[in-house]
Amino acid sequence: MAGPEIKAPPFRDIPTIPALIPGAMAASKPYVANQKVQEGIGFRGELAENWQELAIEKMGDLLGKYRSLKVYMDSCVHCGACTDKCHYFIGTGDPKNMPVARQELMRSVYRRYFTLPGKLFPSLVGAKDLTKEVLDDWYSYFWQCSECRRCSLFCPYGIDTAEVTMAARAIMDHIGLGQKYSNEILAKVNKIGNNLGLPGPALEDTLQGLEEDVKEETGVDVKFPLDVKGADVLLITPSADFFAEPHIDSLIGYAKVFHAAGISWTLSSYASEAGNFGLFNGSYEMMQKVAMRIRDSALELGVKRIVVGECGHAWRVAYAFWNTLTGLGGGGTDPFSIELQKQLDPTFRQPSHICEVTWDLIQQGKLKFDKSANDHRTITFHDSCNVARASRMGDSPGGQFDIPRNIIKAVANNYVEMEKSTVREKTFCCGGGGGVLTDDLLDIRVKGALPRMEALKQVSDHDGVNFMATICAICKAQFTKVLPYYGFNMRVVGGVHQLVSTAIKLGDEQ
Amino acid sequence: MASIEVNGKSYEIDEEGYLVNLGEWNEEVGAYLAQTENVTMTEQHWEVVNFLRDYYNEFQIAPAVRVLTKAIGKKLGADKGNSQYLYELFPYGPAKQACKIAGLPKPTGCV
Repeated sequence: MAGPEIKAPPFRDIPTIPALIPGAMAASKPYVANQKVQEGIGFRGELAENWQELAIEKMGDLLGKYRSLKVYMDSCVHCGACTDKCHYFIGTGDPKNMPVARQELMRSVYRRYFTLPGKLFPSLVGAKDLTKEVLDDWYSYFWQCSECRRCSLFCPYGIDTAEVTMAARAIMDHIGLGQKYSNEILAKVNKIGNNLGLPGPALEDTLQGLEEDVKEETGVDVKFPLDVKGADVLLITPSADFFAEPHIDSLIGYAKVFHAAGISWTLSSYASEAGNFGLFNGSYEMMQKVAMRIRDSALELGVKRIVVGECGHAWRVAYAFWNTLTGLGGGGTDPFSIELQKQLDPTFRQPSHICEVTWDLIQQGKLKFDKSANDHRTITFHDSCNVARASRMGDSPGGQFDIPRNIIKAVANNYVEMEKSTVREKTFCCGGGGGVLTDDLLDIRVKGALPRMEALKQVSDHDGVNFMATICAICKAQFTKVLPYYGFNMRVVGGVHQLVSTAIKLGDEQ
Repeated sequence: MASIEVNGKSYEIDEEGYLVNLGEWNEEVGAYLAQTENVTMTEQHWEVVNFLRDYYNEFQIAPAVRVLTKAIGKKLGADKGNSQYLYELFPYGPAKQACKIAGLPKPTGCV
């Protein structure tokens, strides 16, 4: 890779607030999406000449459409409770990475164009013209936010700072300043059905290979069905599960769970992606377009139940948005939603998380494990932000924290919790979420991983933790890349269903 | 758009150094791209690169890391059929770095 050498910051004594280094990350900018990519997903090909006018217009449009955004613009009192809660601020010391300061990049523009004092006396109220310089700052710093919403947890007004970042990105997309990584992905999922661009025949080949591998390893015919009409369950999982390490080990885990429980299931080549980058870019229309593939596939295959694999933001979209986006989960009144509701089995949660499926089966005594198969591992769990702070699992509060942990404890003997200020709803982002997981942002990704790496180091040194389980494809890819910068083996990260896969007894051998 | 020059011929590359027109690839271009990645190509490296290209020609995508390791293991022996071996050859990750040298598009998504 070109550019300056990327280094991890040294570990700190916990807790500490970093000294300020103004402008430290001003040069961090992801590649801009080219004309072909932009136009392919319905945005302007390049920065429009009248971009300023278009940006203000779009901001007005969003403020009118989303009352929440207007409240978030108006209600911040700059108390500073959020300042040291952001992993990117902790890792970089750049004051513009304090959530309050990052959002101020938009608030100052909001005040200038949408409030009376800002229109009349801009300098008295800290209102700023939307200049090219300000836009440059937007492009830098709104792509140094992973929309993890940890800062929001500490905000006395409950300001959802991620929503501000999403709005800023939607405005930049609108004026023709899109981010290459996210928008390329959106183009691919719309065309091919997944973020990776994995065509049906390649997926089929990969799945056949997995059947052979599992057969060789266990002697059991565990199937990885694709496009099977009339299957009970449609599994929607991130395409990284078909491609990357350690993701694929969790996919094997899901297949073993379905096999052992005797559940008929299928994957879909048309809807071979759980991830939905429309969320990251603040585009409801894009999010809906991506999600519609899942509904269409469910209808076509005639499934009774939809299950989501290990993907953090996918679970947020599924849990919180699918019903209004696609009628999946109830509430839709169009003919397809009504048909889908008739088709889906109401005795299950729709959609269900794979962890809910596995945990329910464990409680019903339908799965058996040899826990000692995981004895070489001392395991901790990294809560993924979108699951932790934007969703729920099971029937009781905190289910999204307890269920994955319960599964781990059911399949392994050695479990250790990380420092309590870094887990459950207070979890730190992996550093790669929200559309930041790209090589051109590796520097900020490495720096943003610092707080999680510190907490991991503590349990690694003290308790011998050698495996950090997680249920998010982004977390897995991000940690695989950044762990070595902090002196860990890249294999320290893995999936919850990877652990399930190791210990599960397949029905046939009992 | 940036370009590289190999043996007097110019080839378009994208911001990240990936070849734009996949059909233009040849071994000299591969060797040149390897140099930009500080990878010294050996016979073992070419085995991987050639496998990637064959797979891509059939499926229009690079193989999953697991598919790659299995194929390499079958060809070169079980001791080499693991991702550690591939990371030794391509330290920045077999999927991305080897794809770049093979003239294939960069795998996108959460990988």
